[in-house]
Amino acid sequence: MNGVHDLGGVDGMGPVPIVEGEPVFRAEWEKAAFSLFAMSFRAGFFGVDQFRHGIELMDPVHYLESPYYEHWLHSAEHYGVAKGVIDPDELDRRTEHYLQNPDEPMPVTHDPDLLDFINAAVKHGAPASRDSDAEAKFSVGDRVIVDNDSPRGHTRKARYVRGRTGEIIMAHGTFIYPDTAGNGLGEDPQHVYTVRFTSQELWGPKTADPNGSVTFDVWEPYISPAV
Amino acid sequence: MSETTVTAQERIAARVKALESIMIEKGIMTTEAIDRMVEIYETEVGPQLGAGVVAKAWSDPEFKARLVANATDACAEMDISGLQGEDMVVVENTETVHNVITCTLCSCYPWPVLGLPPNWYKGPAFRSRIVREPRKLLSEDFGVDIPESVEIRVWDSSSEMRYWVLPMRPAGTEGLDEKELAALVTRDSMIGTGVL
Repeated sequence: MNGVHDLGGVDGMGPVPIVEGEPVFRAEWEKAAFSLFAMSFRAGFFGVDQFRHGIELMDPVHYLESPYYEHWLHSAEHYGVAKGVIDPDELDRRTEHYLQNPDEPMPVTHDPDLLDFINAAVKHGAPASRDSDAEAKFSVGDRVIVDNDSPRGHTRKARYVRGRTGEIIMAHGTFIYPDTAGNGLGEDPQHVYTVRFTSQELWGPKTADPNGSVTFDVWEPYISPAV
Repeated sequence: MSETTVTAQERIAARVKALESIMIEKGIMTTEAIDRMVEIYETEVGPQLGAGVVAKAWSDPEFKARLVANATDACAEMDISGLQGEDMVVVENTETVHNVITCTLCSCYPWPVLGLPPNWYKGPAFRSRIVREPRKLLSEDFGVDIPESVEIRVWDSSSEMRYWVLPMRPAGTEGLDEKELAALVTRDSMIGTGVL
């Protein structure tokens, strides 16, 4: 989707708001909102591509203005409701309750398996690489052009690389394809390549940095041979 | 509480508690698991791990060769691995190329070596500008002046590959051991928004 999240090259976003000595979590709620991702993932709410799409579906003005972990809250809510695990009316009622009772503690429960999952997931991750028999159609050194169409759902094909020509500088093997997985259509593994674009190709010779480049990772269906 | 007295932070905090309480009742979350997640990323997994890898690469040419060839395997030698770093790529700064990482579409970042990203990395200003005016942004916002003779290469982390930067070893550090070298390595130097 051509969403507000697709920020590469957008002007007018102001200076970078650097905060020296910023803590990892700036508020208590950020700790729980951060943890939502791993635990909702374990509960089968989403894969990482769907999780990203849940964020992309936020109101665009709110997306730009809200603190980062509110994005995660939004996506966990979105899929929790979609899966029928979360009743939105109950969520609203409890939100009002905790507004009135902000210091009320959470129920304390124990689940050793969940703790084991957390420790294992952090240490070993959740790889997105997938075996596939599909032969790579491209090799390092090939010049390729990124397709210029604008899919409606989740994609990683950012607007600023569409229609642009670059050179493949790395080939990584096959990985889950976000354009299917992120839209609930299965993993459909595809070859991933790193493509290097000159700044002039992306932004035009009049405004581009004369000695710059951007690399962008593409899945094979995004690209065609450049003629 | 009337709407006008509720701040955005209070509303989000209440919303998170509401969701958290439902998830706890359904057995999806526990407070102890949240505490563990927080402990890991506040005290165990952070840029000190990446700094150790950089220091080893500066000290051991064979390790550096392995790191540049396959960062995931080389980091695993140091027991560094995991979530959001399942497939890592280290890009090396040289006299002719300065590398910077970003994620224009969301917030992808190599957690096992750098921990969780700072908020500016995840926000619209950095993500929008770094691919279009990197030299200007590095100079104006980070005080890092890269000569025009040096190519700036911005790595947009659009896939699950997680890029991070091997900074150049500062001059005059020949006598330092790995621990002393690691103390010189900043988080920003491994993002590419800092130099040493």
